[in-house]
Amino acid sequence: MWIKSVKHTVAAAVLCAIAAPTVAATELTMFYPVAVGGALTKIVDGIVSDFEAANPDIDVNAIYAGNYNDARVKALAALQSGDPAQLAVMFSIDVHELMDLDAIVPFDDIVSTQEEKDWLASFYPALMENGTVAGKTYGVPFQRSTIVMYYNKDLFREAGLDPEKPPTSWEELVTMGAALTKKNTNGNVDQWGAMIPSTGYPYWMFGALTKQQGQKLMNQEGTEVYFNNPKVIDALNYWNDLGRTHGIMPEGAIEWGTLRQNFLEQKTAIMWHSTGNLTTVKKNANFDFGVAMLPAGSELGSPTGGGNFHLFKASSDEERAASLKLIRFMTSPEQAARWSIETGYMGVSPAAYETPELAAYIKTFPPAAIARDQLQHATAELSTHQAGRVRKLLDDAIQSVLTGQSSAEDALNSAQKQADRILSRYK
Amino acid sequence: MQLSRQIQAWLLLLPALCLLVMFTHYPVLKTIARSFFGFGTRWEDAASLQNYQYLLEDEVLMQVLSNSFLYAAITVPVSIILAIAMALWVNSSMMGKGFLRTAYFTPTVLPMISVANIWLFFYSPEIGLLNKLLALVGHNGINWLGDPSFSLYSLMAMTIWKEAGFFMIFYLAALQTIDTNLYHAAAIENASKWTVFRRITFPLLMPTTLFVLVNAMLNAFKLVDHLFILTKGGPNNSSNLLLYYIFENAFSFFDTAYAAVLTVVLLTILVGLALLQFGIIEKRVHYR
Repeated sequence: MWIKSVKHTVAAAVLCAIAAPTVAATELTMFYPVAVGGALTKIVDGIVSDFEAANPDIDVNAIYAGNYNDARVKALAALQSGDPAQLAVMFSIDVHELMDLDAIVPFDDIVSTQEEKDWLASFYPALMENGTVAGKTYGVPFQRSTIVMYYNKDLFREAGLDPEKPPTSWEELVTMGAALTKKNTNGNVDQWGAMIPSTGYPYWMFGALTKQQGQKLMNQEGTEVYFNNPKVIDALNYWNDLGRTHGIMPEGAIEWGTLRQNFLEQKTAIMWHSTGNLTTVKKNANFDFGVAMLPAGSELGSPTGGGNFHLFKASSDEERAASLKLIRFMTSPEQAARWSIETGYMGVSPAAYETPELAAYIKTFPPAAIARDQLQHATAELSTHQAGRVRKLLDDAIQSVLTGQSSAEDALNSAQKQADRILSRYK
Repeated sequence: MQLSRQIQAWLLLLPALCLLVMFTHYPVLKTIARSFFGFGTRWEDAASLQNYQYLLEDEVLMQVLSNSFLYAAITVPVSIILAIAMALWVNSSMMGKGFLRTAYFTPTVLPMISVANIWLFFYSPEIGLLNKLLALVGHNGINWLGDPSFSLYSLMAMTIWKEAGFFMIFYLAALQTIDTNLYHAAAIENASKWTVFRRITFPLLMPTTLFVLVNAMLNAFKLVDHLFILTKGGPNNSSNLLLYYIFENAFSFFDTAYAAVLTVVLLTILVGLALLQFGIIEKRVHYR
């Protein structure tokens, strides 16, 4: 194994040495994040090395940069240090801040041929929402998700519920959740009905609940938020009541990072989580599980989530052209299909679902299509100017309510007031 | 002759001095400058106090400061007491003390981030070790990291577990330098174990205690790696610490100027504590 890899390295070095004088290689540095754990880095490395094999004149340094926050920090630090990356997969909701920092360029300025323009128009419109500002496209979807509901069919059967009929409304989530919550003889809960994580990305989960009430959290320009809208307050009350009134969910904050393990160990019958977990859950669940769209309040809904490709301003024309080539390769239907199968993230274009591989995969494993089917009910993820601060205001408000420190109305009013003050400069 | 020796001394000091200036003094000065001249990530032409004004309006800061002080006030003395106890324990002539020393020291060797990832699962309410133990005695379990009244203490527990072993090593080394004649003399006097500790061991350990105290205090303010994994300062800032809050402002909110202000606050606190420790406590330390 080791000998072999040495041989490969030597062979590659020799090839490079031979190739170097004839082909002036364009070197690209790309940062990318992983938010759900699992061996996702290997998959990205695989796609990148396929790209390099097909394009010997382009060298790609794909650097795994931690979670979304870390990736942003690293990319911006590289930018300031004068040794910038040319492109990065970053949180789709970073777009306003990246623009305020004058760090990125719109794709509209880079694409030139009709073919490239068609490519830019080939994605699901819902996935373009977060990346589009003032009519220009700054983010191209790559590792994109919606929140889906994972449920344990075995536990549904045990509770006398139809395993093919997961809850479709807020009321059903409560009644079925109650049937699925099991207490032991001491009165302690052994198995919870449902869990919605409230650390890590609480505002994201909350975006689903508010969309299900027919209310967005912000405007497209990212200059206004609607945190204390009555429907938003209702949504937070519903979330809080799942634990505090109905007792089908633990009270207090539920940890994003360990939730998947809770589901795999059958401590909860239902979990809301990113579709990016799907393949890992599929590989590790030793029970029969299903995936469904999130239940509806007054309507169905989930925010989109995940990472977009962004192009940095500090790059030469050749580097931009090479970056575009790489991004087009990684978002091509074939690669998007492969990425979706190996992770659970969705195929970013309708064409990805028409590839024989993904079409066949969905036939044998229907849950893989849920995130896509939910797209028509999806809305953009919370994204504003000063996104970090505004997001944290909402996160803190949500957590203060779920942990019983404050009422939904008070917490959201105060978050709204502070957010208004922060955003007043951008109007 | 005298002059050339002076020059030689300065030349010898030069490398260290360069590094110190480059990585300590210059950044400190620049941070202070930025706290007056910065706005967001930009530099302004005129100095202003607007960044400092926000200190007074910042509701989160008050909570973060009180968290930080509580965190230091509990983790520092508890780790020191534990460290002394463990050092005395493994310094005695007992079977398997080598094993015990290694066991106590292990947490120190592990990287904070990996340790935090392990403890994340210990603390997990449904599947975690701690609640499984509580379940054995019929307790309903605690949401260690998700309940604001426990989250900060959960962080403290892990920190103490991690730090105490490290400080134990210093105490162990110090214990072995104490002259055994003193103990023989105490035995002749028929002194009780407590008196021996209070009158001989503890006073002779004082220089070590000062050293450990300074380090523990610094660590309490500057070690926040575990927050990234365990709580991210939540829920609702209940476990947020000053340095983590600085990180959030600088890298999550891109408010470099306010992060600079907070850094000045942190520096002031640390300098204050250092003066206090060296000024007051050192007078009571007995050096041989």
